[in-house]
Amino acid sequence: MNKPKMKSFTEPKTVTDYPLGATCPSDHITSINAGWRTYRPVIDQEKCVLCMRCFLVCPDGVIDKSSDRLEIDYDFCKGCGVCAYECKPKAIKMVKEAEFNG
Amino acid sequence: MARKFISGNDAVAEGVRLARPHVISAYPITPQTIVVERLSDFCEDGSLKAIYMHVESEHSALAAAMGVSSVGARAFTATSSQGLLYMAENLPYASGARMPIVMMNANRALATPWNIYGDQMDSMFLLNAGWIQVYVEDAQEALDMMIQSYKIAEDPRVMTPFMVNLDGFVLTHTYEVVDVPEQELVDAYLPPLKLAENMMSLEAPKSLCITAGNNFNMEFKIKQNEEMNASTAIIAEVDASFAEVFGRKYHGLLEAIACDDAEVILITTGSVTGTSRMIIEEYRNKGHKVGLIKLRYLRPFPTEALAKVLKDAKAVGVVDKNISFGYEGTIFTNVNSAILQSGLTPKVHNFICGLGGRDVTKENIREMFDALLSSAAGDSCEKIHYMNVRCAL
Repeated sequence: MNKPKMKSFTEPKTVTDYPLGATCPSDHITSINAGWRTYRPVIDQEKCVLCMRCFLVCPDGVIDKSSDRLEIDYDFCKGCGVCAYECKPKAIKMVKEAEFNG
Repeated sequence: MARKFISGNDAVAEGVRLARPHVISAYPITPQTIVVERLSDFCEDGSLKAIYMHVESEHSALAAAMGVSSVGARAFTATSSQGLLYMAENLPYASGARMPIVMMNANRALATPWNIYGDQMDSMFLLNAGWIQVYVEDAQEALDMMIQSYKIAEDPRVMTPFMVNLDGFVLTHTYEVVDVPEQELVDAYLPPLKLAENMMSLEAPKSLCITAGNNFNMEFKIKQNEEMNASTAIIAEVDASFAEVFGRKYHGLLEAIACDDAEVILITTGSVTGTSRMIIEEYRNKGHKVGLIKLRYLRPFPTEALAKVLKDAKAVGVVDKNISFGYEGTIFTNVNSAILQSGLTPKVHNFICGLGGRDVTKENIREMFDALLSSAAGDSCEKIHYMNVRCAL
């Protein structure tokens, strides 16, 4: 997967060390953002025809196409299910998170 | 230096031209319209090399100004009343992002009843927006503050948007003789804005208006408050350096007039100050120990400077051209807090006047001083006075 990498983040020690205004350098990712997902999209690689429809419709851009198959970046997928809904060959299934987390 | 006979709005436009903003994004509204019309003329005749953006609303005007500021360019906008409130959502956006935008606001009443004339209900509404707020007394101060405001707002220690308030019509439409400084002097005094930490370029792209949740948000706000409070020093510093170059000074956060031995002190903002100066002279000639404070800045609020001037006053009056419904005039509330924090115990009175453009006459100012003098002498006296009212209360 070729997604933006998490940056190391040193917490400011004083208020003065905080950024000037609500601005930071672009591509500054300091935490994952997927905590509220109830269902997780899972791709059945056998059924996937690489039509890229999910890649286009994902509102968070978490479908990665850098390898020869599509992968989902679960660190940022919110579990909205748009990809599964739009998938014509029905290659994406929404699976309860509980099944993964025991 | 040129001397021109111009209105307050013209003076604002002249001041803005001298400050050389890169972009003007504005939407016309009475009584601000002449400002943006003049700036449009200046852009057309080439005397101001700026992009004049015709935006579809005040909300967009300030959003555009934020875009301009975010790449280190100088932005100007102007508004009034309903327009300012329509823009309101973007005011804390700009201050939270620490964008040094300058905005002229023509103080005007808020609907309803519908009214286009001057009072301070509009800017008081946005006192909590994180903007520096100054109130000017005349057209010359309006012009000079256009230059000072950029100098203060863009100081790396301040980096805060700046609202310059002119009383609608009384200042915006009254003609006065105004000195217009030489461009070379202003250029030397106000160099181009440098790319600050919160601004971006093609080489250094930024994410703007980022999220800070319950884990980090509070510290951002504390920093903003601490630095806004600290800007009191820079405001004084800039007023002094401005005086050296241009020969005019406005005494920083507030101007104390005849306050040294004053037993009663009246606190005014904006154009009412001019009328009050005349009455101060008249009452002093009669032997009354009266003083006047021209409160220039409401944010940052000059608590210490006020306490210093008010320390021996027996009665203090605050002129408010606004009401915070269900309480009192907003400036009165702020002054009272400063008085209490400073351990002072004068009698305090609120004079609410000028709503919806009602005249504040010399006679009204005399009535205010008479009430303060009688309060100082021990007479009991109403806390809130409505001045120049046309029916029985």
